[in-house]
Amino acid sequence: MALLEVKDLEVCFGLRSGAVKALREINFSLERGERLGIVGESGAGKSVLGFSILNLISRPGYISKGAVNFEGQNLADLKPHQLREIRGNRISMIFQDPMMTLNPVLTIGQQMVECLLAHRKMRESDARKIALQKLQQVQIPSPETRLDQYPHELSGGMRQRIVIAIGLLLDPDVIIADEPTTALDVTIQAEIMDLMLNLCEQNNVALILITHDLGVVSEVTQNMMVMYAGRVIERGPTKEIINDPQHPYTQGLMNALPQMAQAGQKLNQIKGAMPPLQRIPTGCAFNPRCEYVMEICRHNLPDSTVSGNCRVACHMVAEMKREQAMGDEV
Amino acid sequence: MTDTNNSLVQIRDLYKRFSISGDFLDQIKFRGGKLVREQEHVHAINGVSLDVIQGEALCVVGESGCGKSTVARTVMGLLKPSAGEVSYRGERIDNLDDKALLPYRKKMQMIFQNPYASLNPRMTIMETLREPVQFHNPSLSAVELRDKIHEVMHSVGVDPSWGERYPHEFSGGQRQRISIARALAVDPEFIVADEPISALDVSIQAQVLNLMMDAQESRNLTYLFITHDLAVVEHFGTRVAVMYLGTLCELASTKNLFAEPRHPYTRALLSAIPRLEDDRPDFIRLQGEVPTPVNLPSGCVFHGRCPHANERCKQEIPALIPLADGSQVACHGVEEGRI
Amino acid sequence: MSDTSFQMDPQPSAWQRFKDSHFFHSFKIDRVAQLSFLIFITYVILALGAPLLSPYDPYDLSQVDILDSEIPPSWEEEGDERFYLGTDAQGRDMLSTILYGTRVSLTIGICAVLLQAFLGIVIGLTAGYVGGRVDSLLMRFADIQLSFSTMMVAIIVLAVFQATFGTELYQDLAMIMLILVIGIAEWPQYARTIRASVLAEKKKEYVDAARVMGFGRLRIMFRHILPNTLSPILVISTVQVANAIISEASLSFLGLGMPVSQPSLGSLISSGFEYIFSGSWWITVIPGVVLVVLVLVMNLLGDWMRDVLNPKLYKG
Repeated sequence: MALLEVKDLEVCFGLRSGAVKALREINFSLERGERLGIVGESGAGKSVLGFSILNLISRPGYISKGAVNFEGQNLADLKPHQLREIRGNRISMIFQDPMMTLNPVLTIGQQMVECLLAHRKMRESDARKIALQKLQQVQIPSPETRLDQYPHELSGGMRQRIVIAIGLLLDPDVIIADEPTTALDVTIQAEIMDLMLNLCEQNNVALILITHDLGVVSEVTQNMMVMYAGRVIERGPTKEIINDPQHPYTQGLMNALPQMAQAGQKLNQIKGAMPPLQRIPTGCAFNPRCEYVMEICRHNLPDSTVSGNCRVACHMVAEMKREQAMGDEV
Repeated sequence: MTDTNNSLVQIRDLYKRFSISGDFLDQIKFRGGKLVREQEHVHAINGVSLDVIQGEALCVVGESGCGKSTVARTVMGLLKPSAGEVSYRGERIDNLDDKALLPYRKKMQMIFQNPYASLNPRMTIMETLREPVQFHNPSLSAVELRDKIHEVMHSVGVDPSWGERYPHEFSGGQRQRISIARALAVDPEFIVADEPISALDVSIQAQVLNLMMDAQESRNLTYLFITHDLAVVEHFGTRVAVMYLGTLCELASTKNLFAEPRHPYTRALLSAIPRLEDDRPDFIRLQGEVPTPVNLPSGCVFHGRCPHANERCKQEIPALIPLADGSQVACHGVEEGRI
Repeated sequence: MSDTSFQMDPQPSAWQRFKDSHFFHSFKIDRVAQLSFLIFITYVILALGAPLLSPYDPYDLSQVDILDSEIPPSWEEEGDERFYLGTDAQGRDMLSTILYGTRVSLTIGICAVLLQAFLGIVIGLTAGYVGGRVDSLLMRFADIQLSFSTMMVAIIVLAVFQATFGTELYQDLAMIMLILVIGIAEWPQYARTIRASVLAEKKKEYVDAARVMGFGRLRIMFRHILPNTLSPILVISTVQVANAIISEASLSFLGLGMPVSQPSLGSLISSGFEYIFSGSWWITVIPGVVLVVLVLVMNLLGDWMRDVLNPKLYKG
């Protein structure tokens, strides 16, 4: 049984103009120790997905369909106190802005100890020892002094390390990291990603990494999902998708990277922009921007087709598969 | 040194300090029985000299707080330098008043980072674009004015029929196009772009970069391009200047810099770019963190984190040294042949 | 390279845009705001139409008969059908006097606020945009001004004026004096709010863009920054009008405001106060209620607007 399983999840936002679907037909599962990347541009719904896994979605948003099963248990069925047991304890979350997690008027030590005491029965001095140990794990220089410092006394990279240490405090099974390094400089980003990768491997923690950076995903994760306008359009092993993207959007995204173009030449751009949720076109959401658009794309929502180890939601890929299958039969 | 004849903008020995001690009363401190005035400064730029050559795209890269945006803003006259000079086609411009600067405002324009803040939310797109054109060309008739604005809107891929709309009706990428249109509307020859694509999504970044390259070709523009994204630099830049803590570490043509980075900081920076390929070299882990620009380290500003630092690096500030291939590096190690 | 795949709805008209706005929507769902707005509009119409609506002209002494004094409202036993809300001590019809009084109060309130806004906007904009010494100087000035309460300043100025130039002249100039005094005493409220939002706006890149274009200071201040500080101005304006009306009423109650011959709501309350123990409650109570409702409604509107327009910028 998978550690975390998301089945046919749908999240709506109740707006003035009516309910808008922010997420549609999300299906995936996460094994113990697996590292999964969720990639997409802003507005694709990747952060909403992160929040709805922990049922942290707040009004006007709500889960309208589907289930999130953690160790076989639907999180939506749990009572608030049971849900609290899972949040932080079994599944923890790391945000883009460390100051969202850190309370500016408490010292690092106080926050870590408080977090431990809330979930575990232990003496305060023991909690402090564990906190210290976690700070050492995230390789913070002189961890003892950090315990008594306030968040504003630390640099951005240091704060993000602290947040990771807090995320690891209760030895969770899953860490959901929402753009954990976007606000940081490249050299710090590289260090933090390296650190997260090692920590997850050592402690056999599963990681859901939400990011817009294909480079980071390709370096850290084993599997990845690409999201567009609230749907997963491609899902599979990271290596395969990066080396051979099949959905035209994923292809476009990869080709748009400056690394992919000859220096001084024009970049391969995808025309247009992602539609806002209220105005998602009928059929495949990507059809107005797609180079290979066919008539069917404008009317029917593509189902996800199995292609190798990947699943792709694209009519063109589906058709190619059908033709291949026919060819095989002949 | 680069040939000064074809350089468009010259920056000579630029320094910029910001006081962080508040106003006069806050600076008065009581120390050892005496009242003293204490002032603390952030040293944002410390002796930067750069030439922007006509027709090139000079990229300035560095991490946050390295002073790259301050350089851009000082060149544009938004900030007054604490010391040093900025010249445009040989004429010194940093000490001019607003009126005397006016002719240069037409020639030098700026594109900003945040497309959500750089357009006035209470002005329609048409108003935003019309005002600068009218201001700099008061003699244009209404029809000429309209044609001019429509032409520039077309050139950035914005439909002129959207002119009566307000910025909040547009997406980030569209706004950045409009922002570029505003800069192009006065027919500049030099554009400073301060992180113009870092607030945009990947697929939109490509569109905006292409647009900027198109404009460079068709209008013969020169760019000073500020960014933290090395992948963009590799694609876009003619030459690259790497900055660290307010000083210039390395200045080289894009090809040379990426093929053979010399300065230890440049090497670390390049190795940290996340790559799609598997064969990425291990990234060079730097010790410690960037020191605060309030109390600068002595000697080379990078020595505290540099794996090759020795006694000399701790004491002597390295100067930019020209190398055989035309690059310039400020590093004692490179000079001595140690690195 | 034209990018036509970017789709937009057809251009909405200005009215359509207003109807779709957050502002209008919040108004549509907020009963309190709607009721307040309705009452406020009623006040404005009554005040504007006072000469047409009121049955008598309280300023016309030929229409006043001292024998009609202190008649209770018509629903009371001793009431007179000619005077729906009764008459005051001089025999003036209360309804007419209140209509005229509301007109005077609103005029003073609005004019005083216009003066405040003018001073406050100019000073606040200058302080915020220019910054440095100018800012410190102007803001210390505002602090000093604020440290004297409006009432105290007003009382001293008006009392001195009355003593020096005599009551005759004062009565002629009462309205202008009140507007000046209340207007000048409260500009720091505006100046501070405007300065705060100018400081926030100044950091935004569109101001840098305007500077890069070479626009002059005045143009940037008034054409680029000022329109972006209008929301807080609108919010404090409603509350300030209410405050000015209250100030005027208090001054009039103390005998330093509008003369009895040209009464505002405040001086009406004041003039009736002497008779309240002789049983003529209506001379004080009815204008009192009218005043309280007006001020309450304006404050409710101001509160609502603050919540809608900018929850962060203006608190308290």
